[in-house]
Amino acid sequence: MGTERREHSRRKFIKTAAIAASGIFASGLINPFNAIIFAAEKPNDPTKPWWGYGIDIEKCIGCGRCANACKSENNVPREPFYFRTWVEQYTIKNDGTVKVESPNGGIDGFEQTVPDEDIFKAFFVPKMCNHCYKSPCVQACPVGATYESPDGVVLVDDTYCIGCRYCVQACPYGCRYIHPEKNVADKCTLCYHRISKGKTTACVEVCPTQARIVGDLNDKNGPLVQFLKEHTCLVLKPHLNTGSKLYYNALSGEVR
Amino acid sequence: MPPQLKTLLPLFAGFIIIFLIIRHLLVPESFGEQGHYRFNSVEENKENQMNYAGKDACAECHDDKTAELASDVHAGISCETCHGPGLAHYDNPDSIRLIVPKERVFCGLCHAINSSRKVKVIVQIDLKDHNIGKNCIECHNPHMPWELKEESTPEENL
Repeated sequence: MGTERREHSRRKFIKTAAIAASGIFASGLINPFNAIIFAAEKPNDPTKPWWGYGIDIEKCIGCGRCANACKSENNVPREPFYFRTWVEQYTIKNDGTVKVESPNGGIDGFEQTVPDEDIFKAFFVPKMCNHCYKSPCVQACPVGATYESPDGVVLVDDTYCIGCRYCVQACPYGCRYIHPEKNVADKCTLCYHRISKGKTTACVEVCPTQARIVGDLNDKNGPLVQFLKEHTCLVLKPHLNTGSKLYYNALSGEVR
Repeated sequence: MPPQLKTLLPLFAGFIIIFLIIRHLLVPESFGEQGHYRFNSVEENKENQMNYAGKDACAECHDDKTAELASDVHAGISCETCHGPGLAHYDNPDSIRLIVPKERVFCGLCHAINSSRKVKVIVQIDLKDHNIGKNCIECHNPHMPWELKEESTPEENL
């Protein structure tokens, strides 16, 4: 009797398991599992803008006017810990070590701290939000206070943010901070209030060497697409699969 | 249907209705319209205050200065790069004045010699060596840097 019951329950178990497995498999065919379910997909409508950004490291002279203008335009606190964009000075020495400096984000200018004879090469790298279309910060937000707008700009809903700092940790590019007065996450909005009215961003406006380009990736004759056509561009940390839309020309492998 | 279920069903229905009411009160307007966020926030982000007016706005009054600027190597630079955000001045030209940086260090932000700067992109000078004690603008007109001012004749005019 006992053997029979065991047999019976085993058969029942296998049957149920098979049905469940085929059910999961079938539902997978209908709607493929998508880990980035809350990250916006690249829009299929090519008539709408899809904002991206380009930086030409060859042209950057490290004047820090972009970081300064960003603070003036967006009322970012002046203390040297809060930046929506900043400039880093990379110095690669002859012995192979890399020195990265960013005193006050470059707003007060840079000093050459390594003598010429020890330098293998040196350059400036402006940094800012990468406006990823598979943003780690958007996926980390527990309340839906940060999101990708339909035109591809990562924005913060500061009335809804609870200031939990998960997104600050999630961003692999270090582009977010907690606003000291509002106690909510704050970051580059790609001057959304300007670009949506047909103006350029504050950092692009003040850049004296046109090292920065903001543009619509769907506009095949636009300035950003032209920049991508004419230069060999890379994104930062491509292995993280963030879908970064900040393209650097002449990006060295040392840049992190 | 078992009699226990008959008494429990209204209770469950009540719980579900209370849950839906609370959910309706907690979820803000427009949440979930386009994704897991409050869609109205997109419009709110567009309403932020602008501070930079753009070069075209400056040219409306200061067409003499923009013409000067366009005639020399600083042509690609926006007025607000040096003079700061100008929209408030554009709206109230008499009461709000813009900054006019005159110090050597300000010019040095771009032009101080530094091996990170590409020589072909920018003219660089050694601030510790070039006409010490004088401000750059005493000789150079910042709008036309290679039109040296006449009254200034320093001995070594690099």
